Amino acid sequence: MTTPELKSLLHVRNLKMSYGGIQALRGVDLDVAHGELIALIGSNGAGKTTLLKVLAGLLQPASGTVHYRGTPLMHHAAHQLVQEGLTLVPEGRGIFARLTVKENLQMGSYCRSDEPSIDRDMQNVYELFPRLFERHKQLAGTLSGGEQQMLALGRALMSRPTLLMLDEPSMGLAPMMVTKIFETIQEISARGVSILLVEQNAKLALEVAQRGYVLENGLITSSDSAAKLLVSPAVRQAYMGS
Amino acid sequence: MRQRDTWLVLVVLAIGLLALPFMTDALLGRGWVRILDFTLLYIMLALGLNIVVGYAGLLDLGYIAFFAVGAYCYALLGSPQLGLHFPFWVILPLSALLACLFGVLLGAPTLRLRGDYLAIVTLGFGEIIRIFLNNLNSPINITNGPQGIGMIDPIHLGSFSLGSTHELFGLTLPPVHLHYYLFLFFTLLVIFVSLRLEGSRIGRAWMAIREDEIAAKAMGINTRNIKLLAFAMGATFGGLAGGLFAGFQGFVSPESFGLAESITVLCMVVLGGMGNISGVLLGCLLLVVLPEVLRHGSGPAQQLLFGRSFVDPESLRMLLFGLALIVVMLWRPAGLWPSRQHRSELTAKDNLTKSSRDDRT
Repeated sequence: MTTPELKSLLHVRNLKMSYGGIQALRGVDLDVAHGELIALIGSNGAGKTTLLKVLAGLLQPASGTVHYRGTPLMHHAAHQLVQEGLTLVPEGRGIFARLTVKENLQMGSYCRSDEPSIDRDMQNVYELFPRLFERHKQLAGTLSGGEQQMLALGRALMSRPTLLMLDEPSMGLAPMMVTKIFETIQEISARGVSILLVEQNAKLALEVAQRGYVLENGLITSSDSAAKLLVSPAVRQAYMGS
Repeated sequence: MRQRDTWLVLVVLAIGLLALPFMTDALLGRGWVRILDFTLLYIMLALGLNIVVGYAGLLDLGYIAFFAVGAYCYALLGSPQLGLHFPFWVILPLSALLACLFGVLLGAPTLRLRGDYLAIVTLGFGEIIRIFLNNLNSPINITNGPQGIGMIDPIHLGSFSLGSTHELFGLTLPPVHLHYYLFLFFTLLVIFVSLRLEGSRIGRAWMAIREDEIAAKAMGINTRNIKLLAFAMGATFGGLAGGLFAGFQGFVSPESFGLAESITVLCMVVLGGMGNISGVLLGCLLLVVLPEVLRHGSGPAQQLLFGRSFVDPESLRMLLFGLALIVVMLWRPAGLWPSRQHRSELTAKDNLTKSSRDDRT
C-alpha cells in the first residue's frame, strides 16, 4: 500500500466525512487509473454527491487520504484543484443562467491564461456540441435541460480536465437526451480524459464504464468490472429493478 | 461613418454635461444645481453598490456605512475637530482607502452568508457604524456625537478653492457649479472603472458567483477573494463619494447615514436595473429628481385641481414616491433598464444560425 498511487490517477483510501452527527462517508476506497471511465452507482443518500464534493475540494473530509497523480490532496481549495485538472460538473448542472452560453464557456477556462489554445478548445467544444454554437449569444438560462447539460459538460472541458467528475448528468433529462449525453461522455473518454461518473441510472452508467463501484450508506459495498456488475444479481435487483 | 456618429454623440453629450449647471441655474434656479451635485454623488454610490448587489449578487443593506466612513474620514482630517487640515488630494484617497478597508472588514466574516442572512448582517453593520459615530464623543471626543462635525475645509485643488465664487473665461462659477464639475469628473471615472470591470475576467467571476456559487467554485474561481474584492471595490466608490460629500457640505452628522439612505441607494440600483450601468444611472436620476419634482409640484397641483391643499406636500411626496416604486416594480420587475434585454437575445438568434456556418469553415 505504499506506492499504488503512482500508477493510479486518483487514489482514495478510508475517506470519511460527516455532516454534524450524520456520517455521509464511512471510509471510502476508490481508484481511478489514467484514461479510465469509472461508474459510481448508488441510491439516494448513499453519499455519491458528498464524495464528489470532497474530491473537488468543496467539502473538507474528516479523515482519510486522497492521492492525485501521486501527490496527497488534503485540505486543498476547489480553485487549486481545477488548476491541477480535477474538474467537477456539479449536480443540477450549475450553469450560470444570466450569462450567455459563450460567457459560460469562458468561465470554464477561468484558471487558464493560454489564450490561443483556449480559443481552440472553444472551437472543439462547439464541434462537439453544435447546438451550443448556434446559441452562443443566448442566455444560458433560456436553454433546454439537455442543452444546459451539454453546456455544463462543455464548460468543464474548457478547463482541460485530466479527471472529469460528473454528478448525475442524466438527471431530469428526456431519454433521447440522456442517450446523447452518454454518447458524448464516451467520446470525451475516448479523447483520453479520465472520468468518474456518478449516476442513479446504474444500467446506463455501467454500460459505458470500464469499472464500477457501488456506494451504499457511505461505504463501497462492491467494486468490479462494469460488465460483471451489470450481470451481478445483487446489483440488478437493487438498482435495475430485476 | 459609424465612428463619426459616435464621436458626434460624445461631443454633444460633453457640451451638454458642461453646460448643464448653467442651463439648470438659468431655468430652474440654483437649488436645482445643488440637486444635480447630489445626483452625481448618488450615481457614484449606486455604481459602487451595483458592484456588490448587481454583479456579485450579495445583498448589502448597510452600504451607506462606507459613505459614512469616507465622509467622516474626510471630516476628521480636514476640520477644526481634531485640528488637522490635510490637503484634498491626501484626504480623498485616504477616505476611499479607509472605506475599502471597512469593506473587507465587513466582507470577511460574511463570506459564507447569502441572501436574507447576509442582508441582516450588513444591515447590522450599517447601524453599528452609525451608532459608533453617534456615540464616539465620550470619553474622548472624536466624532462630536450627534452634533456632527462642522466647519469642514472646503475642497481645495492646489490654491484653487471650490468654496468660493470664481470668474473664469468670462463666466461666473459659484461653488455649486465648481463642485458639479469636480463630481462630474469623479463620476465619469467611476463609470469608466465600472465599465472596465463589467467586461473583465473579474466581472465575469462576480456574475458567476451571483448565478451559482458552487459551480463558480468548481470552475476554479477563488470565491473568497473575489467576493472580498467586490465588497472592497463597492466600498471604495462609497468612500470616495463620502469624502466628496463632506467637502461639499462642510458638515457631516450621523443622521445623514441612516438605514433609509442605504435603502434609497439600493432602490436606485434595483429600480434602474441591477447590473446594468445605464440602468443604475437612470435609477439615480429618477430617484433624486422625482422626489424633488413632487415636493415642488404637488402643492400647486392640488391648488389647481381642488382649489386648496388637502395633503401636506411633504407627506404626499413620499406617498407618491412609494406608489411610483410599486408601479415600476410591478410593471418592470427587472428594473426600468434591465442588464440584458430579451430583444437583443431574440434577434441574435436569427443572425447566428446563418453566420455560424460561415464562421466555422
